[in-house]
Amino acid sequence: MSIIYFLIGCSIVIALVFLAAFFWAMRNGQNDDMQTPAMRILFDDDKPES
Amino acid sequence: MAAGTLTETSCYHCGTEITNKKYIYDDKAFCCAGCQSVYQVLSVNNLCDYYRYNDTPGQTKSNQPQQFAYLDEERITADLIDYKDETLTVITFYIPGIHCSSCIWLLEHLHKLNAGVVHSRIDFLKKQVSVTFKHHEISLRQLVVLLASIGYEPLISLQDVVKEKQGSVNRQLIQKIAVAGLCMGNVMLFSFPEYFGLSEFEQQYRSLFGWLNLAFAFPATFYCSREFFTSAWSGLKNKLVNLDAPLALIIAVLFCRTVFEITTQTGAGFSDTLTGLIFLLLMGRWVKQRTYYQLSFERDYRSYFPVAVTVLKNKEEKCVAISELSIGDRVFIRNNEILPADGILMQGEGFFDFSFVTGESEPVKKVLGEIVYAGGRQVGEAVELEIIKPVSQSYLTSLWNNETFINKKSILTFNDSIAKYFSLITFIIAISAAAFWVYSSDIAKAWASFTAVLIVACPCVLSLSTPFTLSAVLSIFDKNRFYLKNTDAVEQLAQTDTIVFDKTGTITAPDALNISFTGTLSYEDKVMVASLARNSAHPLSREIIKWLMTDNLRHVYNFKEVVGKGLSGYVNNRFILMGSASFVPSAKSFNKNTSSVHLEVDGDYKGYFTVHHQWRDGLGSLFKSLSGWGLHLLSGDNEADKGNLAMFFPKNIFFRQSPQAKLNYIKDLQLQNHKVMMCGDGLNDAGALKQSDFGIAITDNINNFSPACDAVLQGESLKLLPKFISLAREAMKTIKISFAIASAYNLVGVYFAVQGTLSPLTAAVLMPLSTVTILSFTTLSTKYFARKNQLTLKK
Repeated sequence: MSIIYFLIGCSIVIALVFLAAFFWAMRNGQNDDMQTPAMRILFDDDKPES
Repeated sequence: MAAGTLTETSCYHCGTEITNKKYIYDDKAFCCAGCQSVYQVLSVNNLCDYYRYNDTPGQTKSNQPQQFAYLDEERITADLIDYKDETLTVITFYIPGIHCSSCIWLLEHLHKLNAGVVHSRIDFLKKQVSVTFKHHEISLRQLVVLLASIGYEPLISLQDVVKEKQGSVNRQLIQKIAVAGLCMGNVMLFSFPEYFGLSEFEQQYRSLFGWLNLAFAFPATFYCSREFFTSAWSGLKNKLVNLDAPLALIIAVLFCRTVFEITTQTGAGFSDTLTGLIFLLLMGRWVKQRTYYQLSFERDYRSYFPVAVTVLKNKEEKCVAISELSIGDRVFIRNNEILPADGILMQGEGFFDFSFVTGESEPVKKVLGEIVYAGGRQVGEAVELEIIKPVSQSYLTSLWNNETFINKKSILTFNDSIAKYFSLITFIIAISAAAFWVYSSDIAKAWASFTAVLIVACPCVLSLSTPFTLSAVLSIFDKNRFYLKNTDAVEQLAQTDTIVFDKTGTITAPDALNISFTGTLSYEDKVMVASLARNSAHPLSREIIKWLMTDNLRHVYNFKEVVGKGLSGYVNNRFILMGSASFVPSAKSFNKNTSSVHLEVDGDYKGYFTVHHQWRDGLGSLFKSLSGWGLHLLSGDNEADKGNLAMFFPKNIFFRQSPQAKLNYIKDLQLQNHKVMMCGDGLNDAGALKQSDFGIAITDNINNFSPACDAVLQGESLKLLPKFISLAREAMKTIKISFAIASAYNLVGVYFAVQGTLSPLTAAVLMPLSTVTILSFTTLSTKYFARKNQLTLKK
């Protein structure tokens, strides 16, 4: 049953990694604009200039 | 260009119905030269995909040519730029015209229009575009001119909307919520074995789980809930008990008891309740923070005034930032420019439109040597003025810097007023419970019951139900085009009992004009008048064409327009003269007060057009349903409409009110213990709006300038005002009922707590249960009240 110490350790580390990822995304400004990217993705690629 | 025919097609660019001359280019019809020129620019640059994503995505281009010369002055632009190095400049513009996906597409393809633009990115909700460009290849001024040429003119003002950093506070709060959520989730997980009971074999883990829970309680207490402690402390320093004080106390008690129980191995502690409580409280804070990116409630004259004006020095034109204007400077004001400081007219004929400043609807004629107050917009030829007062001490701005406004209204919310009694009662119960157990010489139970009472009597529900109810109300208002500054404003709205209205632009629609003609007009006359008026860009001419509804227009010879006076020209070899009474010779005998357009054909007087302001929709029923209220009307305009309005405002109706008089009037009402709501629109109401308990700025385009206020209301929703007020009042009722429900739950908790038998499990179940009950109650009742008031719940 001492495996439980290892498992708890793992779960906390994973949780902290996700929290760090969320902080990074937040500070990177990924959550600042929730609207525009959703509209931008619908644009077609530019036609190659001939 | 040849005279076109009138048809009912709409403009390919902006979708406006074409009433005037039609412009044809590339087999496509345009309403004006502006729209056509935008199309030309786009088609030359292969950017016609713009029209593919949306039909008629453009906006009618304003005819007013803007002066951007000041953008070449580095001292002025330094404040506007975000970042600059040797080759690149980054600047963020606020562009009110952004409204659809085509706008995003076009503005992010700016690099195709000019190679100097490296990158441009839009934030759609904030209507901002951030442009990175090489300033050696395209100057800032050229960039702005380029944006204007494709119909996206940025709004550049001194009080730059872009520069307000709204995001950072919100970001910190979300980070705190994330940490609190992580702590809560993990603590719940580690607490489950405790809830279900541990077998003999598992006892060794009990202390492990306890220590882990304690570890998660640390960041939750010291990082996530720091704000509650600081806010409670600053409240206590000012001898005020706000709602954060009992909350901070509970967090502290929970934390101390948890530390004590776990270090002494006497119990499982209250980590689960603690982290859950902090998470919920932060959620409440988050819901309360609602920002409208497109709106600003703190604007003052600086966002109305231009950034710079042209100053004549040694016969040379130079752009000067208005803060650097000094007495004696000669300024050059072109058509449609705003005078930023009081001045004396030195050259040219001044026709100043003060409608936004004083509420007066007619432009005022100024002769040489006359003083012109700041805020007037020149209509007509360019004029020169000498500045006699610096900007900060001019007529309008000195009103703004008035000391009365610096004293912020302190509002005692329901929550804060109840927090004091709540804390007091909780303390009395906790101390008497502890005293009882001390008396029975059971010290352990005394300590347990004292802390337990403080824990269960948590006013957290109160601090959740208020933001949730009020933000639900806010979003209902939002859907009905009524935008409140923050959730506290709902409470202020609910308390008002007196309404003061402004006239021009508030209860009249500023753009819609009612036209009537006194005299007789044959069909032939109508055609001639329309043909003549078509050549003029004056708003009255356009309204008259719309009213005439004729087609078959003729060519006009010898067309002349005297700005501010009228038009003349030959149609079918007949000489037509139309304009003000001083312009039309045969109209001399008529009074010159009312805004009328006189008409003369070949020397014969035909009659005159009268222009009335159009009242807003549903005004009659609005005033009828507000009849129980104290209604007042303060207008800066003349008494022409008194007869029409006396019906609704039997006593309190005043005309020719200066901005200062309006402010004083509101102050007097407040001294009589009235809670005053002010509805106004222009700068002339700004003082009154700020002085009032609840100021509503009424506007027809929320992107336009509106003075500082508590709420912005779209003109078309003015008729819903009584419903907004009653919904706000019912929301306050909902909050009070939810407080009663929460108290019932607390009594159950206190029953266990005073006996010293509150288990962590009871506390952990009781709190979320009461929270869920309250939140579903507030949500359902807000929806019910909104339906009852027939307010729409959908966009």
